[in-house]
Parts: sequence; structure tokens; C-alpha cells
Amino acid sequence: PGALRVVRCGGSALRGARAVFSADSYLLCASGDFVKVYSVSTEETLRLMGGHADLVTGIQLNPHNHMQLYSASLDGTIKLWDFMDGIPIKTFTVGSKLLALYTPASAEDSVFVVIPKKGERDTFQLVSVKLAKGARQDLEAKELSVVLDGVGASMKHIAFGREGAYVVSVKDVHLQVYFFKRKLLNRFSLSTVKTKGGDNHFSCVVCHPTEDCIATGHADGKIRLWRNFHHRKEYTYSTLHWHHDIVMDLAFSVEGTRLLSGGVESVLVQWHNESSCQKDFLPRLGSPIEYISMSSDGALCCTLHTDNRITIINSNLRFSRSIQGLIKSRDVKTGLVVDPRTKALVLNGEPGHLQFYSLQSDQQLFSLDIVQRQYIHQAGLKQSDLVKVAFSAQGTWLATVEESEEVTDPELQLKLWFYSEETQSFQLNTRINTPHDNHITDMCFRDMDELGDDSLILVTTGRDCVFKVWVMVEDTDPEAQQSVSWSCDFVGSYHNYQATNCCFSEDGSLLAVSFEETVTVWDSLTWDLKCTFCHPPGNIRNICFGRLTCSKYLIGATDYGFLCCWNLLTCALEWSAHLNIVVLQPDPLSEHIAAVSWLSKESSLFVFKPNEPRPIYIQRNLCKEKILLAAFVPRDEPEVISSEKYLWLRKSQPFFLTDTQELMTLSTKSLEERLTPSSKQLAVEESLPVTPFSLLLGKHRHQQAQEAIDLGKPVVHNKQEQASPAVKELLHTPAHVLPSASFLCTIFINSLLISKENKSAEEVADEVEMESEKAEDDSDEEDVTEMEQEDTSHMELLGETTCKLSKSQEKELRKIRKTDYSWISAF
Amino acid sequence: MAAYKPVVVQACPKLGERITQDTLYWRGYKTPVQIKEFGAVNKIDFSPVPPYNYAVTASSRIHIYGRYSQEPIKTFSRFRDAAYCATYRDDGRLLAAGSEDGGIRLFDIGGKAPLRQFEGHTKPVHVVGFLSDKYRIFSGGDDYSSNLWDIPSATEIISYSEHTDYVRCGCASKVNADVFITGSYDHTVKLFDARTKSSVMTIEHGHPVESVLLFPSGGLLVSAGGRYVKVWDVLKGGQLLVSLKNHHKTVTCLCLNSSGQRLLSGSLDRHVKIYSTTSYKVVHSFNYATSILSLALSPEDETIVVGMTNGVLNVKHRKPEEKNDKSQKKRQPAYRTYVKGRTYMPKQEDFCVSKPVKRVLRKYDKLLRSFQSSKALDAVLEPPIMLHTPEVTVAVMQELHRRGTLRSALAGRDEKQVNLLLTFVARRVIEPRFTSVLVTVADIITDIYQPVVGQSAIVDKQFLKLQEAIGKEIDYQEELLEVLGMMDTLFATFTKKRDTCLEENKSNGLTEIIETNRNY
Repeated sequence: PGALRVVRCGGSALRGARAVFSADSYLLCASGDFVKVYSVSTEETLRLMGGHADLVTGIQLNPHNHMQLYSASLDGTIKLWDFMDGIPIKTFTVGSKLLALYTPASAEDSVFVVIPKKGERDTFQLVSVKLAKGARQDLEAKELSVVLDGVGASMKHIAFGREGAYVVSVKDVHLQVYFFKRKLLNRFSLSTVKTKGGDNHFSCVVCHPTEDCIATGHADGKIRLWRNFHHRKEYTYSTLHWHHDIVMDLAFSVEGTRLLSGGVESVLVQWHNESSCQKDFLPRLGSPIEYISMSSDGALCCTLHTDNRITIINSNLRFSRSIQGLIKSRDVKTGLVVDPRTKALVLNGEPGHLQFYSLQSDQQLFSLDIVQRQYIHQAGLKQSDLVKVAFSAQGTWLATVEESEEVTDPELQLKLWFYSEETQSFQLNTRINTPHDNHITDMCFRDMDELGDDSLILVTTGRDCVFKVWVMVEDTDPEAQQSVSWSCDFVGSYHNYQATNCCFSEDGSLLAVSFEETVTVWDSLTWDLKCTFCHPPGNIRNICFGRLTCSKYLIGATDYGFLCCWNLLTCALEWSAHLNIVVLQPDPLSEHIAAVSWLSKESSLFVFKPNEPRPIYIQRNLCKEKILLAAFVPRDEPEVISSEKYLWLRKSQPFFLTDTQELMTLSTKSLEERLTPSSKQLAVEESLPVTPFSLLLGKHRHQQAQEAIDLGKPVVHNKQEQASPAVKELLHTPAHVLPSASFLCTIFINSLLISKENKSAEEVADEVEMESEKAEDDSDEEDVTEMEQEDTSHMELLGETTCKLSKSQEKELRKIRKTDYSWISAF
Repeated sequence: MAAYKPVVVQACPKLGERITQDTLYWRGYKTPVQIKEFGAVNKIDFSPVPPYNYAVTASSRIHIYGRYSQEPIKTFSRFRDAAYCATYRDDGRLLAAGSEDGGIRLFDIGGKAPLRQFEGHTKPVHVVGFLSDKYRIFSGGDDYSSNLWDIPSATEIISYSEHTDYVRCGCASKVNADVFITGSYDHTVKLFDARTKSSVMTIEHGHPVESVLLFPSGGLLVSAGGRYVKVWDVLKGGQLLVSLKNHHKTVTCLCLNSSGQRLLSGSLDRHVKIYSTTSYKVVHSFNYATSILSLALSPEDETIVVGMTNGVLNVKHRKPEEKNDKSQKKRQPAYRTYVKGRTYMPKQEDFCVSKPVKRVLRKYDKLLRSFQSSKALDAVLEPPIMLHTPEVTVAVMQELHRRGTLRSALAGRDEKQVNLLLTFVARRVIEPRFTSVLVTVADIITDIYQPVVGQSAIVDKQFLKLQEAIGKEIDYQEELLEVLGMMDTLFATFTKKRDTCLEENKSNGLTEIIETNRNY
């Protein structure tokens, strides 16, 4: 049990480099410091290859061995991997930051990388690195020879021509082509003058695989095809124009007959024939396209999107599937919310959508369309997006607020969604246009587990200086489609101050609303103002009530760096601390409150109980980024924590979201433990469908446990351990690599049979049968079992380990002897 | 890859009357036929057997009308003075009626002269009825008595003198041949059993009882008097189930529809209200020209006949059901192509080829999908869309504004189109749900077409109209604000905390509307 570690979760940005298709349907992606291996057919993450100390900026297959992969990183190393097994083969240390990696097949034992030029800022050069041959794993690669100077830093700015004969680099409005054989460098420039609002700057470049042709993308959406670039003067180019904004990436098909282009519009365009401008579209891919890559056989292509998504597309431009983890939107306005039903983390996803992200499986459960409007990918548009989300205690109601980006006259909508058991999703119940005249600042449900849904109350606070209470109203019309709808019940205000935060006490009797500098406490039955609290300098930033034993305290954090705790019984300030609190998050399952402070470029975490001013736990320098949001996710089962210092982590786990959209958590486990989460294995077992056989298996296991308890002796785990690896192997192997079911059947059945020295197969069946009969006779045997327990305790006292059958068990065994077992022969 | 999301057209809940199944059902009558009678129509009774003739008692005559006849097919006029309450027997062959002179007459439907005369009441008899065994008649008179008569011998069986005022209404139980009830101006409804000497139950209605009604099951009793219609549970000993106060004048008549699901009440306030007998809520109401005295509904709700105080008989026939033969013919190929294969379960050796579902998009959506802003705006400026679903037009305008292409879509239009646009804006800009968008549109239009003002008389006229509409709206809002100010002073005097909260809320709702409209 080491110290608490800050763990990044939810995957890093996939935007480091173009994805690479391997020859055998794997997809390799640079993801932060890691290289991820996905299966194209099942969308599963197969392997996570870690070893780089910084962002991976380039991945390329080894042109001489298709089972190997080169990766370059900002840490100055190039690594060669066997990606089938996830083993690093070699590490070459180059020394300076590597910004891009190219492995043309023509270069025998060298690769090309982009490195910053020494002594000059923001100038980069393309160098070829000779990879030294040697037996050792770590090698130095210092033989650098500069190929091109003054190149762009992005991997999209350089391309290698057909058979590696030439290399093309673009920067600003200049295109340079270097011919290796002739050692000739041709430079071409476009005019810098912006004509008709066009912007000639190059954004990306690719080369035709078979012809001498270069395709370049431009910032104004044009695509230029260059030919005859061997001549300095007689070069020609033709222009293709469809994109209205910058062309983010281009890709030629394997034969070079088709050209794919993508950009901010999130439309993948396929150009067939450059002369006739015939083109196909794959529109509405969800978010701007960052990279396009083609598989080597040309059957698939994939697009990497800015919001951390990979879309795999068929050769006939049909959407095939998408791989998505935590979608990183530009700005998480909704905060981190935990769905009480699925325990998933809920936050902004695609524009206008709410994503439900499962932390256990690191994948998106589903995406709920809230705004229900076509999102237009265009700069400068006033898009409406989701800004607030609240769940009711049981997760049956979801309230969302969406607003347009206009500052003065926001187009506000409050929507209330009801969870429908039939469709297993949220359905829109009520839509309220303009619930407030100005931006909504906060929203909360009255959390009451004991009382039914009738007592549900929603409170919204707005910058229009009021807070509004919304209640459910039963629709009196029997023919109406829905039985309830929501309407405003009360409007409260306080001296015309802007309402900023609201919070219900744990029992729901009190509502705290902060109005700029003042916290007001209202009775939720009569809506009377009960008392006010104030800690003069600075507006209230966050408020929350204490829970459980600390429910008499109200905590508030102010702009001027004070954390205050008021006692609601005495209406007096209990204690205050000088801390610049950014996030205040109570744990729903305990009294603990987590506060994250931001001071001089580091975030610190304080965990405290409201009844004592001294924090239980302090973690200085949690991370370098500013933490914007936090949430406590209840654990499925309390974690075993040895150290008393970390007891607050027992029931729920904190998650933090930084301003760079990184999701982080705290963990006491070491890295290896965390990588194989036990919950995943559990989940597999639990998700077994209920078949007669699984019931049999379940009973069998249950019975074994029962037996252990009944007899008061340690369980003989022997047979179960024997059985489980085979079964687990079977269940954990992806279906597409399994042999036929008929082949597996015998192994599977054998694994379940009990070896002779323990018990015969028939005996197992006996026990199963016994179990079922036991269940049937449960009611009239209650007194017997009681007696049985007495027996065992007696035995324990004596310290006997022999198994003696009690009378009732003997009786049952006799009963079983009479039953028919002919069905076993079927096995 | 996400599919194209169509433009969201914001549906606003329609204010005012909601169209329900009931509204549709009760609206399905033709324009009424008016027949002039000699005096106030005090009773209308439908024959229980086909062809469902109905007897109308007015003045000193009883007219029998056929289903679609405008003229009476038969008339009983052997009354010296006013006749009352002509009622059919269950088999539709006998008709009994009371009269001003206190006699009760029994007619055969075929004959003219009365078969029997029952003399015994000393004052006018306003209510007569057959018991369900068909051989006895009950009556109630202004002499405060309720009598029971034997038809074959024309003699009085029993006379109850328990009411203390005029007996003006009554009805017999359909399930028990001995039970009948009478309602009187002494505010009570009494339930009599022919086997006992006195009434078995007395229900206090609270107002002079004008009409009573028993449900076919005999368990519920409805009484009408004053402005109230009250429903009583007879089996629970006359417990009040519900009291309905939906009329603002005396309720004069009650009637059940053929299914027993709806209760109709007619009143002097010229309304007929229809209640659901499960929720006792008004589901529909009819309006008539004058005060209503009597009301009857034919079997299967084919005809509603209402009698007025001025002697007008208002007859409404049900419209024949429209048969959709054409649509049925059209549906046949649809079955073959769409429904037939639905239930087919693919077998193991079958190779399934799934056809992508073709999504149907509206024209403007298709144009918006391909970013043709101007054409999309043209598509929603088509008269049918613009007139009937202005919310679609406004939604598309909003979407264009969101995409930043509204200005270019509005620009470059000719006189006719500008005229069309301005007409729409001037008409709809005052609707609160459209205001925010249309104000922007109006702004842009004036911006774009400012240089050409004065070149076209039509466009100039429309601009003036727009100005006028906005000016009117501003005046109106100012007035509303004044009213709000007055109301606020009133609310300020309220002392009860809870009430002020509620009112505060309401007034806030008003200000919201005002603020949205104040933008120009």
C-alpha cells in the first residue's frame, strides 16, 4: 500500500499522429504516451503499448517487416515494436524532440524524422536517421543527415513520393520538392495576397502512389494537384474546390484513382477523377476530421476526429463502425455528473449530446441527443449547446438546460426527461422555453430517496436574479398522452441579486441559494426565507450541505479565497479557512467533502469533514493543470483500504477533469493491479445469459459455498479452480478467434466434470438436485435449518473437522436417491 | 454517422377548447330542423321500438313525429286543457298523458280516443309513467300526491300523500316492477315501493326538483333542481355521489344517452351539457336559442330533440358515417408489400438482405440538408404552409437564422415575394410564440429593402401595415402593464403568505410575456 497516485483515465487524445492499418486488420493509434492497438472488426482495444515518456508523435509500420511498428515521441526516442505481442524490440535514442516520423520503403536502414533546428525557435528540419544495427535493446542513433530545412512541424506537412524518389514539404505558401537521386531541390510559391478572401496557405500534402503527382490542401478549402514539378518553370497545377474551410487532411487510395479529403465540415469527400470533378460525400461524421488514413489493401479507410473518435469507413464510402472512448468536447459546461442508474459519468459529448461514459469499461454507454438539431460545422455560428444537467436521486428524471452562445439574449430551454423502462432510455417529458430571462447558473433536484417521485422538486437559479421552483403536475385530462408534466411553483428572489448556486440539504427540508455575496436558506415546504449567511469579501462560488452526521453544516467557498462552514442550528460561522477553492464536491455516501484549490499553477486536494476544520487528507500538487470539475463515483462494493489515511476512498472514488479535458482519479493500487480490474472479470461472469446450464452451474457454485458454511470447514477450492481457467479462457477469448462450438463442447464439459478422487459426476448432480429440492422445501424446513446451525456451531466448538451429516441432510439424501438421473447420460 | 436531423417545429399546446373523442362525436350532427309547436314543449318521449317515433307534448296536444318527418304523423288532441308528459310504454304501443284537469288518459298508438281515463287527482297531473311490469301507471299531481293505477280496471291502487308541494317529475325503475320515484317542489325525491304503504327513501335535493332519472342498473339516481344536478347512490341509502353545478339557471330536464356513458342536462340557460358518467366532467355542450324545457335522445344517439319555452322543437339528426371505400382499396397493395412479410421469421438457411429504411423528409428539410437556404425559405412561404402551419415557417426562419443565412435567404426577392413575406410578418409578429424570430426577420427585411421603399405601392402598403400592427401591440402591452400595476397593489394587500406566493408566480408569468413582446 503505497502513496495515493494520480491516475489518468479515459484515454488520452488520439490526435498525435495518423492511425495506421496493419496488414491483418488491426488499427494502430498514437494515444498520448501510448500506442493503442484496436481490432477493426470488434472495435475492441486489444493492446496498450506504453514505454514512451512523452507524447507519441508518429507511428509507421516497418516497411521491411509488417509485424513491426516504429513509433517516435517527443521524448526523443524511436521505438520498434512487435505490436502483435505488444513487446518493444528496440529503442533508438535520437536526442532531440521528434515531431514526425516517416518510413519510406526505399530507405534501407534509415527513417526520416522532423526535429527542431538547433539554436532557432520554431524552425524545423527533416533529417534522416540511420538506425544502427546492434544486438542490444537500447541503441544510440546519432547519425543524422539533414534532408530539408525549414519544414512544418506537423506530420501532414511532409510526404514522400512514389517509391521514395522525392520528398515534398509544405510550409505557409511554399512548396519544396527534393529529388533524392538527382539531389535537386525545387521550390514553388503561391501568392501571399489573399484573393477573394481566399487563403493560400498550405495545410497538408500527400503524394500519388504511382504517378508523379502531389495533392496539397489549403486553408481556404482548395485542393491543388501539382504535376510536372521536375521543371522549375513549366510546372502545372489544377484546383479542386468543395470545402468551405481548411482542408485538414488528404489521402490517396492505394491505386491512386481516388483522393479522399476531409476538414472542419466533418464531411469526407471522395474525388474520383480530377478532370470531371466527380465526387462522393460521406456527410455528418460528427466532428471535424483531423487525419485520414487508408489500409494497405484499400478496403478500409479511417478518419480520426478532433473529439477523440475513430471512424472506420468502407471502400465504397459507407460508414462501417466507430471507435470511441471519452469524447472530449471543447468545453465541459455540464460538469461531471454521475448517473445514479448506471454509475456512468455524464458530461457533454458530441455537440448537443450528453455522453454516458462507463468508467469500468472505458467506453461510451450511449449518447443522448438533447438539442435535437442538426449541428452545422462552421466557424462563427451561434450554436446552442448543453450547459446544465441534473439527475434525480433514483435517476428516473433528468433535467437539462441548453442555451445558445449569444451573450445578450440566450435562447434558453429547460428540458425534463423521464427514464422509460420499456425503451431503456430517457424520453422527453416537458420542454420549457425561456425558463429564465438570463443564463441559468445552477440547477438541482431535491434528493430524497425515501419519499416517492411525488416530492420531486427542481430548483433553477438564474442571472435574472430569481430562483424558480419547478414541480410535477398531474395532468387531469384522462386522454392526455402523459400523466405528469412540470410547471413553475414558486419564484424567489433576494434583494435583486443574481442567484448563483443552489443546493438542497440531505433531508430535503432546506434549500440554500446563494445570491452573489449572500447565502440564503429557505424552507422547502413553505418557501419562507429562514436565514442568511454572508462572508463579506467576494461572491459565493460554491455551496453544499454536510451529509449524515454533519448535516447541520453548510459549506461555502468564496471568490476571495475563503472556505466557510456555517452551523445551521446556531446560525453562526463555525470555522473558515483561507483557500482559493475552485471545486467543492461532497461525497454522496459519506460525510467527506473534497475541495480542490488552485494556487500558483498547481491544484491541491483537501478532503475534510465539516465538523472539524482540520482536513483529513491533503494532496499538494495534484496536477499542473487547473482542475475544473470533480465528481465522486460510488464504488460497486467498498474497497479494502488498509491505511487509515485513505479511508475516505472506501465507498466512492473521486474523479477530476482538468481544463485540458484530462480525466483523472486517485488510486491506492499499483499500476499492474489497476490494469487488470477485477470488476471486468466479474462483469463477464455476471453477464452470462440465463440458460438451464448456467443455472446449473450457478447452483453448483452456490451449493459449494453453502456446503462450506454448513460444515464449518474450509472449502475445497480444488475442483473449482480446475474448472475455472478453461471456462474463463472460453469466455474471455473474442468469439471470432474461437474454434467451432462442437470442438469446444467436449473441453467445456470435461472442465466441469469433477475428477474421481473428489467426487463422481453423479454426486455433483446429486447435490444440485438436493439444492433445488431444498429450495422447494425451504419454507417448511426453516426450523430444521436453525437446528442445523446449532449443530455446526456445536461442532465448531468441538473443533471437529470431519463432516457429519445432520439428520435433515440424511433425510434429503435418501430422497435424492429415489430421483431419476437418466438425463446425465445425455452428457 | 448520424442521419440528418429534421428541423424541430415547436408545437405549442393549443389553448381553448380541446378536441376530444367526445367533441368529435357530439359535433357529428346535421344542422337542426326547427318545428313550431303551439305552446311550450314540456315533454318529448321516444318510442322504444323502431321506427323510433317520438311524442311531443305541447299545449293541449300530443304530436307524434316520425324519424325524419317535419309534420306530425299523428295527433292526440282530446284534451280540454293543457296535456302533460306523454310517455310511451316499454313496448311502444300505449301512450299515457296527464292533463291540466287532473285526469290521466291512456291512448293506443293506433287509435284516436283514449282507451282508459284515470280520475282521482284533484289538481293538474304533470307526471305520468308506466311501471316496468306494463300493467300499472304511476302519476304525480299538483295535489301533492303520487298515485299508482291499475291499467286493466282503471282504478287507483294506492295513493301516497307524502310530498308537501307539487309533484313535477318521476320515473320508474327498470329492474324492479314495484319501484318508482317522484320528485317534488318540496326539495325532496321520494322512492316508493308499491308493496309498502309509505315511501321507502327520501332524498333531500335542496332545491325544487325539476327532473329525476334512474340509471338502467337502478343503482344511481340523478336529480335536477335549481342550478344543480346531483347524483345519488340508491343502494347506499341515498348517499350523495356528486353534485354538478355547470348551469347558471335552473336545470329542467335530464336524459341518458343510449350507451349510458353520457348524461345530458338541459337548462333554462339555453345550454345542454353532456357529462361523462365515469368522471362527471362536462365533455361537451350545446347552445340553443331559447330556454330549454325538455330533451330527448333517440336510441343509438341518432337524433337529439330539444323542446323550448317558446314552443320551438329543435331536431338534430346524426350525419351518416363516411365510408372510406377508396382508402380501403388503396390499402391492398400496401398489405402485400409491407405487412405481409412482417411476421415472416427467417429460417436458418435464409440469406437476409435488409433494405435501408427510407426516411421521408419534408421539402424544406431536403433543401436545408443541401444548404439551399433561399429555396428552403421559398418552400415554407407556400400559401398552404404559411396559412395553416405558421409554426413551420417560423421554425425554418429560425433555423436559417441559426445557420447565419437568413439575410441571404431573404435578399433578392421580387415585389410579389416581398409582399408575401411582409403580409406574413405583419400578421404573425404579435403572436408571442413567434415574436422573437419575426422581429429579427422584420429587422432584416427593412434593412435589405430600405433602398427600394417608395418604388412599389404594394410593398409600401405592407410596410405601413406592419408598422400599424406593431404600434397597436405596443399600446396593448402598455395597457396590460397598467392592469398589472393595479393588480399588484391588490396583491400587496393580501396578508396570507401562501397566497401571495402563488399570485407572485402568476404575475411573473404575465411579465414574461410582456417582456418578450417589448423587444421592438
